[in-house]
Amino acid sequence: MKRKLHELAHARAGDKGDTLTLALFAYRDEDYELLRRQVTAQAVKQHLGRIVQGDVRRFEVPNLHALQFVCERALDTGVTTSLGIDPHGKTLSYALLEMVIDA
Amino acid sequence: MILASQGELDYLALECLAERTIALAQLRKLADPAGGFDPLLETRLRALLPLALRHDFRIVTNMGAANPLGAGRRVIALSRELGLKVTVAVVSGDDVLSLLEPSMRTIEARGAPLSEYGALVSANAYFGAEEILPALATGAHVVITGRVADPSLFVAPIAHAFGWRLDDWQRLGRATAVGHLLECAGQVTGGYFAEPGLKDVPNLAQLGFPWCDVDAEGNGTLGKVAGTGGAITLRTAKEQLLYEVTDPGGYITPDVVADFSSVRLSETAPDRVRVQGAGGRPRTATYKVSVGYRAGFVGEGEISYAGAKAVERARLGGEIVRERLRDDISDIRIDVIGVDSAHRGDFGYPHPPYEVRLRVAARTPTRELAERVGAEVEALWINGPAGGGGVRRYAQERIGVVSLLLERSRVRPRVTLLEEDRETQAA
Repeated sequence: MKRKLHELAHARAGDKGDTLTLALFAYRDEDYELLRRQVTAQAVKQHLGRIVQGDVRRFEVPNLHALQFVCERALDTGVTTSLGIDPHGKTLSYALLEMVIDA
Repeated sequence: MILASQGELDYLALECLAERTIALAQLRKLADPAGGFDPLLETRLRALLPLALRHDFRIVTNMGAANPLGAGRRVIALSRELGLKVTVAVVSGDDVLSLLEPSMRTIEARGAPLSEYGALVSANAYFGAEEILPALATGAHVVITGRVADPSLFVAPIAHAFGWRLDDWQRLGRATAVGHLLECAGQVTGGYFAEPGLKDVPNLAQLGFPWCDVDAEGNGTLGKVAGTGGAITLRTAKEQLLYEVTDPGGYITPDVVADFSSVRLSETAPDRVRVQGAGGRPRTATYKVSVGYRAGFVGEGEISYAGAKAVERARLGGEIVRERLRDDISDIRIDVIGVDSAHRGDFGYPHPPYEVRLRVAARTPTRELAERVGAEVEALWINGPAGGGGVRRYAQERIGVVSLLLERSRVRPRVTLLEEDRETQAA
């Protein structure tokens, strides 16, 4: 069945220049494997669409049951010069949680 | 204040510099040579200095911003006014603007040379524990720095307290994990975490700030003062540990390349999380330097629409403004707040919102053009769709920030000890 990541995981966004970091954490440890299989770098890149102009890399952090996505060119040149209403991209954690997976 | 008076602290660190803060502080210093440090320095230390003396803790802060020596002198003047005897050690030398050359390449994605950016206004090397330790060695009550890596504000007192060598990479890596967890204060105690229903956090209005009880190995236990708001849980600690980390296995600071992927977190009691197992590898040969440059201007204008066809009316308004500005401004962004301003789309949410806000923003080379953006949004009262209201407009100069790497040997860190009636070079 289709479920939003929001039901299974929590997330936090961070920024470094024009790079967006999105950390995704399974609420339940046993769901980590499911996230690891389905929430791939490619799937996140596709889901975020126009938000991320560059590559998405994924780091697995099994100790924390977490996936860390590092998204290049995602902040319209970065916090100091962005034209966006949220130049840090802080709200984008909840863009990731809109992703739908089979669970 | 609760943490300072009831936290049984040995050291209190105040991390107050975001990426571009120091560039803005540099502009203030240009306008007033005695300024350029954190504008809240005096307010904060007026409250904290008496507590630091009474409860015997030392203060370490980067509130020096673009003028750490000026900040130190202000603290000395303040302590005199309060009738206290306070010594201050100032770490300076992070200002490396005079060392920059136009051909130096930035480490941003394109690696463009500095010459491609606007006029430079600031350049500050990220100092680490090595540069802060001599200041702690003076025994000063207060240590004031300019740009330092955020975790280093914590790594330095930990390394000082335990007498660590600065090539003890494992311990430095662990202390860096502790520092990274503490550096955003309330973001590890449940701030910036809550979602009603799913992630409830009690009493956020009285959010408690964190302490960490660190052992000689660099492992520690996070906690907060009993009775304060917020919560420290596995979840709050996990979110903070990976915050702004672009490689969990290689978090680069001036002190060490820390490995957060091996960190083990455990809840040992309510509002207590044990942090252990971070790793560390030798530090890099360079300082990261944050360079501020004049990046032109940004003009913005906003106007609200509500009720029937609100989104359609907002879009029409945006198109009118775009056309009006077309000949003069190309770098423009038009969003409808309520639909697509934060996420560039709505991921298929089914119902249009009842009310929306049109927002137009544009980068411009001059302030005059930036002002025109808001002026055209305001003009929608005359030439725009029906029922627009609540115009706000802004025009601001932008200071951009790029980074580069500089050999450590080219930079000269200094420590100055300020006492009531004299200043001496301590390192």
